[in-house]
Amino acid sequence: MSVYLLRRLLQSVLVMLAMSVIVFVGVFAIGDPVEILISPDADQMERERAIKALGLDLPLWQQYLSFLGNALRGDLGRSFVFNEPALQLILQRMPATLELALGATFLALIIGLPLGLYAGLKPKSPVSSAIMAGSILGFSLPTFWVGLMLIMVFAVQLGWLPSTGRGPTVEVLGLHWSFLTWDGLRHLAMPALNLALFKISLVIRLTRAGVRETMLMDYVKFARAKGLSPARVTYVHVFKNIMIPVVTVVGLELGSTIAFSVVTESVFAWPGMGKLIIDSINVLDRPVIVAYLMMIVLMFITINLLVDLAYSALDPRVRLENK
Amino acid sequence: MAVSPVANSSVAATASAPTLEVRNLQTHFFTRAGVVKAVDGVSFTVQRGKVMGLVGESGSGKTVTGFSILGLVDEPGRIVGGEILFHGQNLAKLREEEMRRLRGNRIAMIFQDPMMTLNPVLRVDTQMIETVLAHTKVSKEEARQRARDTLGMVGIPSPDERLKSYPHQFSGGMRQRVAIAIALLHRPELIVADEPTTALDVTIQAQILAEVQKLCAQTGTAMIWITHDLTVVAGLADELAVMYAGRVVEHGPVNETLDKPLHPYTNGLIGSVPSRNKRGEPLRQIPGMTPSLLNLPAGCAFRNRCPKAQDKCKQAPPLGELLPGRQARCFFPYNMPAEAAA
Repeated sequence: MSVYLLRRLLQSVLVMLAMSVIVFVGVFAIGDPVEILISPDADQMERERAIKALGLDLPLWQQYLSFLGNALRGDLGRSFVFNEPALQLILQRMPATLELALGATFLALIIGLPLGLYAGLKPKSPVSSAIMAGSILGFSLPTFWVGLMLIMVFAVQLGWLPSTGRGPTVEVLGLHWSFLTWDGLRHLAMPALNLALFKISLVIRLTRAGVRETMLMDYVKFARAKGLSPARVTYVHVFKNIMIPVVTVVGLELGSTIAFSVVTESVFAWPGMGKLIIDSINVLDRPVIVAYLMMIVLMFITINLLVDLAYSALDPRVRLENK
Repeated sequence: MAVSPVANSSVAATASAPTLEVRNLQTHFFTRAGVVKAVDGVSFTVQRGKVMGLVGESGSGKTVTGFSILGLVDEPGRIVGGEILFHGQNLAKLREEEMRRLRGNRIAMIFQDPMMTLNPVLRVDTQMIETVLAHTKVSKEEARQRARDTLGMVGIPSPDERLKSYPHQFSGGMRQRVAIAIALLHRPELIVADEPTTALDVTIQAQILAEVQKLCAQTGTAMIWITHDLTVVAGLADELAVMYAGRVVEHGPVNETLDKPLHPYTNGLIGSVPSRNKRGEPLRQIPGMTPSLLNLPAGCAFRNRCPKAQDKCKQAPPLGELLPGRQARCFFPYNMPAEAAA
């Protein structure tokens, strides 16, 4: 187990290193922040001073090495725009995004699993066909459009839910959360649902496919031959088996939800990391972009590891030996 | 001469009421390509403490017969006719919940592939205890006790430890023992065993056969042993029913049937068993293939492959008692005594 973890850790470091090179070169290729950051009426002296202050006069490889050196000390650079440490900027906005992503995942599971289960158990019923047709819509409708429609219906016409922002937050462990107040929950509902739409469809399809496949297995028939109640067969024998692929995919999806909640955050003016990164890209705030991408890479690596561990907890056949 | 033993045997049968009596069972599958008559008029009886071998090639309807008895036929299949009398109660008419209470309790089933019958993500104790609790109101501890005792009974060493294992930690033979133990948990009156030793190697097969036989004799459990392996049946069963294309073509005591088969199909099956006496000769086989159940020949389903087929076989032969205690579905049977054949 510890050998396994150590190996995984080493792999992670290599991935981070490779990613940092790609990210750094990529961001460098996007454009020169100088044109945006320095006011057009600045004279040549001021320009050069500013460029020097930002460290943009050095060749790329030197910039990279100094970035790497600082990164090892936990310093991912200062934002050109806010003049604050980039990492701090991101961490400030992270709870909002995490809250949104976890809310969306939660919705995807509590909506997707029952619907998928139903569609899998009763594949011929018209309700199942409706569920499957709905899931196609969930896959194919663009997030931003659905978000706008949600706002139009629930915020503008019905006036049930607020359309923007996080609402009041409660501080727990030094972080601000909005799901702990009723008003905060009302603010969270629409963006979370919007972000969850794709994942609900995914969970429905995965669950349905899993159920249909598992129902044909001998062990399900044997469970029935033992005289177990249909509920026990479905919720223990079938469900535990389909949870293996569902957990894997939903876990991996969590990473991309966090990383790509950009659209939803923009539509609902949700003050999370996604909105920060869009704003930073617009003004070519390199340190923030780089720091953000590195954070995302780290997050993916961590989630992957957690998924692997969850997987081995669910499936005894891949359980890691010598615990 | 031939009449009196027949009368005697039927009297004896009613005297000791059979555990199971299947009468004219019909299980059909309604597929897009047409109606597949997987089981088409099967009748047999199984007496208490006896083993009945149900033999036939793949696709002859053996397994579907077994599933029909347990009420486990899935869509698009359905029992469309006949009776399955279990101690006189017609299982074919039972509601699902009543059937569920019988399954695993008074009627148990053992499946063919031990690698597939145990749920891979549940521990053996979970899978055994849930079976106990599905039918009796006992504490979890008592249920575990019973699971452990039954595991010991089927010859699993250190059952306490093994209860905590997952199926993949067992070998194939051990898994089948676990499956058999699960079937035995409630001391059922009838066990349907669907080729339970086919997937095992020969030494394990012999051990399990011996143990099953012992258990049946001890507990009075009746058993239907579905197989395509005549050598297994020869050593284990008391009676033999041979199925072909959804029908029983021959039914009788196992030794007589194997020594002097009546139906040409039974004869062909016996002839195609490799044996020591026929060393060096090419193995005989039945010509042709099992017909598609969607497109059976009219009359006797076996006539296209039968060496004795004549024009008369274009009509379906009835299952008749050709010799005392022995039934066959054939106009031109083998091994008939001279006077009867005349």
